[in-house]
Amino acid sequence: MRAAHWRVALQAALASFLTAATLSADAGEKYVHAARGAEAKFEYCTTCHGPSAQGFRGFYVMPRLAGQPAQYIENQLLAFLQQRRRNPVMANVAHGITPSMFPALAKRMSALNPPPFGGAPSGEAALGREIFAHGLPDQNVPACSACHGPDAKGQREIPRLAGQLYWYMVQTLSLWNSERGQGGREDISWIMRPTVANLTPKQIQAVAEYVSALR
Amino acid sequence: MSRILRKISVLTLALLIAGPIWADELAIRNCGWCHGMSGQGYSKAPRLAGQRRDYIVNQLRAFATHQRDETLGVKYMWNATANLDPLTAGKLADYFSALPPEAMKDGESDLVVDGRAIFENGVPDENIPACQACHGPQAQGVRALPRLGGLSFLYLKRRLEDWAQGRDLSGTPMPRIAAALSPTQIAALASFLSFVEVGASER
Repeated sequence: MRAAHWRVALQAALASFLTAATLSADAGEKYVHAARGAEAKFEYCTTCHGPSAQGFRGFYVMPRLAGQPAQYIENQLLAFLQQRRRNPVMANVAHGITPSMFPALAKRMSALNPPPFGGAPSGEAALGREIFAHGLPDQNVPACSACHGPDAKGQREIPRLAGQLYWYMVQTLSLWNSERGQGGREDISWIMRPTVANLTPKQIQAVAEYVSALR
Repeated sequence: MSRILRKISVLTLALLIAGPIWADELAIRNCGWCHGMSGQGYSKAPRLAGQRRDYIVNQLRAFATHQRDETLGVKYMWNATANLDPLTAGKLADYFSALPPEAMKDGESDLVVDGRAIFENGVPDENIPACQACHGPQAQGVRALPRLGGLSFLYLKRRLEDWAQGRDLSGTPMPRIAAALSPTQIAALASFLSFVEVGASER
């Protein structure tokens, strides 16, 4: 009889101890990493480019990758490896990804469609819309929509501009010759050289405002 | 009688003028008990001097709303921010962000080279991004992204460990990054950063 009492008491103590242990284990919900391979690399990209690849404004601006044409993403990753596009941080990153993973990664990014990052000014968006749709014939600036598409979604190796971060657009267009075109005439980005040179800073800001708000 | 009235009115006037100044000073002094009167940090409390204004405001809000829930934050900062109104929080942030920061230099100097490499390049093979992409090439921070340069080794190490153990999950993407770092890598980063001085361009 006495032994039975002890057994019950012991079981109760053990049960409460186990419950407490489980509870305290639940309290700290440790971050669990995704699987290896392409999915782990996808998570790696989103660390800087935002949880749904919508872009992020850190010390440097991390561009939106979500919804970019898969071919554009693949080409840019290759461009970092081949030094057609020079960026010390991204050169390191691209070297950490096996090229055979590029297509899967690019496909994964292109399928995303989060809303724009936001935070841009909007005072000149009307001028931006005009330049985007019709260009500036007097300044030899063609309509952006001719290549980037009427809805700015891009095609093949031509990037999507819809929802791209305002600051990224301004920086890239303002400093074109150091941000792009290092691959010479063979690189597709070469085509932007004369166009960018014909835009004033105010016009660049206007285009950036307009496209950054597009969904 | 009129003498007493005059005395009272003078006293009232003095309190009315001094009251607001005194109140602000008191709030600053309250922070100073732990963070040091010149905001340079002390023991477990991080340096506030030279920290980014928007970051200080954000973090005060995160403590007040209990989003930031690492052990020491729960213990000290939840109470400290419980009755802090946004106006006072903004003034505190103005005050501390304007103070000149000094590097704590309490890390291990042998680990500085390794820490710098992770900070500048990340570890691509281990999916660890370069810290400088968000925190800046001199670890100076920007807007709501904190300055890391010169913070204490002990604070930086504990903060990364807290994230790795699943605390303060609101601090995206830091929990993911911290969980990918080894204890040696955490010690290296914290050591390197503790020696980083404020950039010459900022002085």
